Amino acid sequence: MIHFVLLISRQGKVRLTKWYSPYSQKERSKVIRELSGMILTRGPKLSNFVEWRGFKVVYKRYASLYFCMCINQEDNELEILEIIHHFVEILDRYFGSVCELDLIFNFHKAYYILDEILIAGELQESSKKTVARLVSAQDSLVDAAKEEANSISNIIAQATK
Amino acid sequence: MALSGMRGLSVFISDVRNCRNKEQERLRVDKELGNIRTRFKNEKGLTPYEKKKYVWKMLYIYMLGYDVDFGHMEAVSLISAPKYPEKQVGYIVTSCLLNENHDFLRLAINAVRNDIIGRNETFQCLALTLVGNIGGREFAESLAPDVQKLLISSSCRPLVRKKAALCLLRLFRKNSDVVNVDGWSDRMAQLLDERDIGVLTSSMSLFVALVSNNHEAYWSCLPKCVKVLERLARNQDVPQEYTYYGIPSPWLQVKTMRALQYFPTVEDPSTRRALFEVLQRILMGTDVVKNVNKNNASHAVLFEALALVMHLDSEKEMMSQCVALLGKFIAVREPNIRYLGLENMTRMLMVTDVHEIIKRHQAQIITSLKDPDISIRRRSLDLLYGMCDVSNAKDIVEELLQYLGTADFAMREELALKAAILAEKFAPDLSWYVDVILQLIDKAGDFVSDDIWFRVVQFVTNNEDLQPYAALKAREYLDKPAIHETMVKVSAYLLGEYSHLLARRPGCSPKEIFSIIHEKLPTVSYVYLLDYAFIHNTNNRYSSFNVCKDFDALTATGPRIAESNLGSIPQQRAVEYFALSRKGAALMDILAEMPKFPERQSSLIKKAEDTDADTAELSAIKMRTQQQASNALVVTDQRPANGAPQVSQLAMVMVPSMNDVDHASVDQPVTQANGTLSVVDPQPSAQDHAHVRSAAPAADILGDLLSPLAIEGPPGGSAPSEQNSVSGHEGTLGVDDALALAPVGDHEHTVQPIGDIAERFHALCLKDSGVLYEDPYVQIGIKAEWRSHQGRLVLFLGNKNTAPLESVHAVILPPSHLKLDLSPVPEIVPPRAQVQIPLEVVNLRPSRDVAVLDFSYKFGTSLVNNRLRLPAVLNKFLQPIQVSAEEFFPQWRLLTGPPLKLQEVVRGVRPMSLGEMANLFNSLRLMVCPGLDPNASNLVASTTFYSESTRAMLCLVRIETDPADRTQLRMTVASGDATLTIPTAAKPSAPVAQPTTPAIAASDPGAMLAGLL
Repeated sequence: MIHFVLLISRQGKVRLTKWYSPYSQKERSKVIRELSGMILTRGPKLSNFVEWRGFKVVYKRYASLYFCMCINQEDNELEILEIIHHFVEILDRYFGSVCELDLIFNFHKAYYILDEILIAGELQESSKKTVARLVSAQDSLVDAAKEEANSISNIIAQATK
Repeated sequence: MALSGMRGLSVFISDVRNCRNKEQERLRVDKELGNIRTRFKNEKGLTPYEKKKYVWKMLYIYMLGYDVDFGHMEAVSLISAPKYPEKQVGYIVTSCLLNENHDFLRLAINAVRNDIIGRNETFQCLALTLVGNIGGREFAESLAPDVQKLLISSSCRPLVRKKAALCLLRLFRKNSDVVNVDGWSDRMAQLLDERDIGVLTSSMSLFVALVSNNHEAYWSCLPKCVKVLERLARNQDVPQEYTYYGIPSPWLQVKTMRALQYFPTVEDPSTRRALFEVLQRILMGTDVVKNVNKNNASHAVLFEALALVMHLDSEKEMMSQCVALLGKFIAVREPNIRYLGLENMTRMLMVTDVHEIIKRHQAQIITSLKDPDISIRRRSLDLLYGMCDVSNAKDIVEELLQYLGTADFAMREELALKAAILAEKFAPDLSWYVDVILQLIDKAGDFVSDDIWFRVVQFVTNNEDLQPYAALKAREYLDKPAIHETMVKVSAYLLGEYSHLLARRPGCSPKEIFSIIHEKLPTVSYVYLLDYAFIHNTNNRYSSFNVCKDFDALTATGPRIAESNLGSIPQQRAVEYFALSRKGAALMDILAEMPKFPERQSSLIKKAEDTDADTAELSAIKMRTQQQASNALVVTDQRPANGAPQVSQLAMVMVPSMNDVDHASVDQPVTQANGTLSVVDPQPSAQDHAHVRSAAPAADILGDLLSPLAIEGPPGGSAPSEQNSVSGHEGTLGVDDALALAPVGDHEHTVQPIGDIAERFHALCLKDSGVLYEDPYVQIGIKAEWRSHQGRLVLFLGNKNTAPLESVHAVILPPSHLKLDLSPVPEIVPPRAQVQIPLEVVNLRPSRDVAVLDFSYKFGTSLVNNRLRLPAVLNKFLQPIQVSAEEFFPQWRLLTGPPLKLQEVVRGVRPMSLGEMANLFNSLRLMVCPGLDPNASNLVASTTFYSESTRAMLCLVRIETDPADRTQLRMTVASGDATLTIPTAAKPSAPVAQPTTPAIAASDPGAMLAGLL
């Protein structure tokens, strides 16, 4: 089970956090602090696993961003490593060669997408196509609502002209 | 790319990014928070769009690490918005900001439920996602049935069902009862027939959680799992979009194999064949490829297959393939694979006997100990620790010692502890062990915990042959210019006790040793104490002039130190020495040599286990082994796993106890002196004290021994032992005195015992001293010491009256399994006097019979005769032993079926909490081993039984309780070794009866003792 997902920039800025196990606000900041200290300082050619407080953190760096997932000691590390990559590929497809800026200004989109990939700290969907389809369906629902709202305000505007 | 689509949000994010420093950022954020707060206060004026925007801003600020302590309500209220865009934001932000323990979440339950049972598919998805991510117990109780309905509904589309599966998984984790409804296993089986890979993946995750909790209910799902594996790995029958770098959903393959590991075996031959064919294909068909992701994914599957093969274990051929693969992996350059290779090799050691094959890779593993990656170094250390045995201990420990100098600080303590344990467990000779520990202290004194040096002191104390060597070594280290504080402590202690053995060597006269230790004084805070240990012994053994001088030298500095500002402890000590030095003759009693330590399991190993638990060493395999072991209750024909390390460890624990038998009498005075110091202790058994004492830091031991004496002085003329003999009963005697002054008149009546004899006996079965019998004239106290299969009891026969007690007779009616030797009993006990009658007990073989003391006396004209059961019962010949999972399970499996392993369901017991039960076990000398049983309502305990015929024999007990019904429990006991099989078979009630004690015990201590008879 994945206990939490962290996206941290090389400078230590948090770009996304998702907690599947209950951590209080205080614990969350502490975890982020500890792990940034451990992971950001690791050299390039080391393994993608860090042992931490009886858990394992599987991480991978993509450009300036570190994607980290914390799992139980007995979980399959490589499986998680590829969940990270799966997530990155989906982000890439959605944003069109994703970069850190996309995730900063559209952090809420990153959350939508993550929710289609993981629930309860477990993989929900392993088809990129399916995830893409579901996310774009959500987008169009939002757009439709916006248009509707616009048209209503147009009607009101015209009626009160 | 269009940015967030919300201008205000984008502007705010840009602003924050443009801040040049943290201070500016904080100002900007505070301003925004103020703004949001005012806008939320006047909620009516907010459009849905604005509300959404502010809630997102809050989440962004929260992510930056700022406290956002308001606005939760607004986020939660968006959940019940009618339109999708607001609802979506409400759900997502709520699940990010809150965790399952927030009160606000409760407010949302109704709205969430409405969305789940409503007709709108997209709303259902949002609601299921939230519950799946942060739902707590309350959600589990109110929503589980609805979620289940969605999961098995045929009208729901896959996108809803897969979310429902994971949502249900979350609810199951919060409350496992939600899925325990009848017929659920059939539904689960149906779910595993699912064609849609998305739904199947989620359902498989749910299934893994269910079988890990209870596989029994899901046997029917096992063939389905194998089918899924065949479909993926053999037939590659999945839609294109579900292949990942050409591999059919590696995640689903991994999960399916994980689920299979929770079943103890695969019995159906055709299913088994099919499964092994697939596994074989995975093991053989996985090549290293260039593409990193493909490589990772295929190896994720491969490692899971390895784990499954290790679990199913039986096919020897595949096992050797596994070892070969792992051997290859630990030598590759790719760090992930090497890491996993090391990790899985360690796991493999736990499940099967592959020591010899793995030893071939020792050099490679040692290389990994120097890897730049700390994760790999950790795995390598663990593996070396696991693979160490007598044959390679020297090499491995020396490697560890060498590495200690350069190791990361984060690892040093663990490293030191592991090296110490290995040195103790596998020492080819004891002097090597002493060398290792002293080197350890020398190289990494800061990381050597007190337990480590206490342990070496114990060893030296208990092994006479070792004492000169240890003293000499300690002396050598003192010549080094700079030594660690711990080294000073251990040297001072060793020299204090044994420097007389070095007396003829140059530089080893008491005086020289004294001055060299004294030199180190300023650096070591409580070295006074140890100096004392040193001094008192030299004093004792060379009661000649120079010793007195030494002692004078020290005590002369005493007052000076008392005035100095070295801290209160040295000052106090100094005053105490000074006081001591004036005690004259009584000093000699105080200064006696330290007695041997009672044998017990190394606290180090216990400590290592604790740390293991800390770092969640509970690997999947280990947990799966436990699973398997709990199954062993039913299927008792499991193959024994490797016994090598366990045996040697047990041996290590037991060996010294053999040369430890004959010193009981020598040590008596001192151990008893300890007893005197702690009369207040509720369990005043001498042995217990010794335990307590050796478990407490040595400093305190000496302190305890010293301070009360130093302050009060030794008791006047009375010898310590005499003092002690009374002390155990002081309290009761006081009361009796009062009684004795009362009516002594009515002799005519038959003499009635005071208190319930049976109850007294029962109490004494659980403790080692107390009153066995009492009536108006006589009190019989008992004090016992037990060491392996021998016991030494003393009966204290007290005449409470002002007239002598006449015609006193005491005869023991021994059962056949005990050899009892009662010292002569005087015929007359003078008025108000107490006589001590020693009684030696030897346990020949296990039995539940009880010895009886036939006791009679005449008081005036009346003859009083009583038959008293002696508390020389079975559990007295137990010695608790801590057993780790690696030792427990092989043993447990080794002992199969009756008569070695018996199981019994006991009903109608007195309800007891697990804590109470654990306490009871402790007083019965069974060591409760927490964490061995994955089920928290079970209890596992271990102990060693001693008798002359069986020697030391491991006994294991497991109690399964039903949290819902505390009046019944199921108990399984296993005991025996090769030499015990025959007596066991001949006398089924014997060794196994002993473990039955706790079962009956659990019902009621009284009933248990009844059961003992």
